[in-house]
Amino acid sequence: MDFELSEEQQLLKDMVARFMADRYDFETRGKYMKEPLGFDPAIWEAYAEQGLLALPFAEEDGGIGGGGVEVMIVMEEMGRALCLEPWMATAVIGASILRNGATDAQRQALAEEIIGGACKLAFAHSETAARYDLAHVGTKAEKAGDGWTISGAKTLVMWGGAADKLIVSARVSGGVRDEDGVALFLVDPKAEGVSLQVYDTQDGLKAAEVTLDGAAGELLGDAPGTGMAVIRQAADEAIAALCAEAVGAMEKALNLTVDYIKQREQFGRAIGSFQGLQFQASDMFVELELAKSMAMYASMCARDPDPVERSRACSAAKAQVGRSLKALGERSIQLHGGVGMTMEYSIGHYFKRLSIIDRMFGDVDFHLQKLDEVGGLAA
Amino acid sequence: MELEFTAEEKAFRKEVRSFIQENLPAETRERVKEGRGTSREMMVEWMKILAAKGWSAPRWPAEYGGPGWTPIQQYIFLEELQFNHAPEPQGFNISMVGPVIYTFGNEEQKKHFLPKLLDCEYWFCQGFSEPGAGSDLASLKTKAVRDGDDYIINGQKTWTTYAQHANWMFALVRTDPDAPKKQMGISYIVFPMDLPGITVRPIQTIDGGVEVNEVFFDDVRVPVSNLIGEENKGWDYAKFLLGNERIGIARVGASKAKIQRIKELAASMPVGEGSLMDDPRFRQKVLETEVKLKALEMTQLRVLSDIAVRGGKKPHPASSVLKLVGSEIQQTCTHLLMDVVGPYAIPKSTGGEGSNEPSVGPEWADAIAPGYFNYRKVTIYGGSSEVQRGIIAKAILGL
Repeated sequence: MDFELSEEQQLLKDMVARFMADRYDFETRGKYMKEPLGFDPAIWEAYAEQGLLALPFAEEDGGIGGGGVEVMIVMEEMGRALCLEPWMATAVIGASILRNGATDAQRQALAEEIIGGACKLAFAHSETAARYDLAHVGTKAEKAGDGWTISGAKTLVMWGGAADKLIVSARVSGGVRDEDGVALFLVDPKAEGVSLQVYDTQDGLKAAEVTLDGAAGELLGDAPGTGMAVIRQAADEAIAALCAEAVGAMEKALNLTVDYIKQREQFGRAIGSFQGLQFQASDMFVELELAKSMAMYASMCARDPDPVERSRACSAAKAQVGRSLKALGERSIQLHGGVGMTMEYSIGHYFKRLSIIDRMFGDVDFHLQKLDEVGGLAA
Repeated sequence: MELEFTAEEKAFRKEVRSFIQENLPAETRERVKEGRGTSREMMVEWMKILAAKGWSAPRWPAEYGGPGWTPIQQYIFLEELQFNHAPEPQGFNISMVGPVIYTFGNEEQKKHFLPKLLDCEYWFCQGFSEPGAGSDLASLKTKAVRDGDDYIINGQKTWTTYAQHANWMFALVRTDPDAPKKQMGISYIVFPMDLPGITVRPIQTIDGGVEVNEVFFDDVRVPVSNLIGEENKGWDYAKFLLGNERIGIARVGASKAKIQRIKELAASMPVGEGSLMDDPRFRQKVLETEVKLKALEMTQLRVLSDIAVRGGKKPHPASSVLKLVGSEIQQTCTHLLMDVVGPYAIPKSTGGEGSNEPSVGPEWADAIAPGYFNYRKVTIYGGSSEVQRGIIAKAILGL
């Protein structure tokens, strides 16, 4: 039992934190948001140079071999800076799918491109009626000569418009919520039969609706129909990553709030001297610490070979973080008073990102329901 | 980072668990499990069993009769006690006065007191709180005035847990009423409870039981040699204790055991065609508590890991969360038990020990409401939740 970062992990943390301090202050971020992709491509190149895109890949694939804890470290810093790039889509979800659901040749080829910064991924999985049910896949894939063609509609594809390759889930057999019969495909977003409707999200990112009409897809792996296990693994890693991102954003939101109430004066003194506000700030700290503990827990369990234990841990973490981010986020606006309501001030942006994280890969109720299905948390 | 305990630590956990299962008297176990509280005799019997094994003071260094365990072993031991319905070592002896004596006491005091603390030959109670000194402890007024080789003590203590069981007390008394700060004129002193001039008056609490007492001092003569450490330094010794309690204070093991019991009892409570466990709303409430408890457990492990790696010289910031959240979860468990027992929370004990009347409702039911009433205390004692929030605001957030 050890919750301390190793020396290498501490170096990674310092490196990312320094990078964000240099390149990602709140005003500069505002400029990045106005770029056509919704982020600055130069930052993505810098991620490649810093090795952040090599992080999740094994050394034999040219990567660094980082695990759940390394992902946590990076995501926490990205949460603190409110990063805009598709790092999670590419280096967490994409890399997980490549690790578990691709052939060696596919993985090695894509890893090389990703590590070099030439390939950003997006995971086109969710469908309109799915809500948070991962097994809800109605999109169909059919064999066509040596390849496959895919037809269907995907929704809420985060960073879909920026992706060089889409990873698309589609059904090769079975009914719409069957666990068996799902396969994963690589699809070129510019290919014939693929259309994207790109839009802004509430928290300043970009997403896309993706329509596939007989689009050509390259089957990932060589066992079509077994994709759900790969998807569930990737989703749990995404949950752990989101929990870490939330912790970074929560910590920053708490710091901003505490700084604000220390300097804002009313009735002739700093409002942070009032116990009513102090207690709220203390409660925010408690929520942060609980969330932090669960983000660590999820990051250590995200690659547990036992899928039941893995998803139990990730669901518990997402449920706790969901509760905590709401309690902390709402109070951070309240304690800022009027300026917390303005777009000009950063706190509202943290609040919005936190609120959206709660909606990704299952909310509190969804994960409590999932835990209920497996008999709760074991003692 | 690594979640798993080492093979040695796992083996140690097994050893502790088997020891408890083999040596904890069945009646004591049942009493703890049902939240009915243990008698003095049960507690002393268990302390003697632990002391014979060398385990009655998990945090003490070996030179003073402790097992010399690592912080992780201490944690595992306490968690196993809590989870397996065993009483924890008598806290006033082992967690409170013992460490003060072996840290600040003289050789003679160490030799005299420490062995008697380990097997509960001396049962200490704590004389800290007073009617006018609760959360603001430093404003205590009980005074000790020097008279030759004695102090003469006058005043009153209150909320004295198990004063009726105790044969000794450690107390904070004011020895310098003119000190420039109220914290500076306080001394730490120990004395037997049967001295002339000491009166103990029980306080019945809302659960109907008696755990706490008022203790009155009327010209009580205590030899100066009973002073621990230096005169007027008592506040520092009391503060030293506060920082000493970061392992096990969250009571994760006890709450885990409670959750398990809540589920078992709920499955035995008929509702319609099934049981209370078939009610998704009830299960959701249990699950929410389980999730929060997991978050607390992970927080406790973070603090423990910090102590194990860095020696815990500076308190980990997250340690301030442990008491606050741990006590809330303990209370939530009592809410859930009230939900489980339902209308049979209503009757006061009818059957049970020493009664010929049959119990009304399930046998365990009459302890549930008193347990709920009694556990309001956990967010009040040991630094109330408001005091904890104040500490976070000031010491951590710098407000």
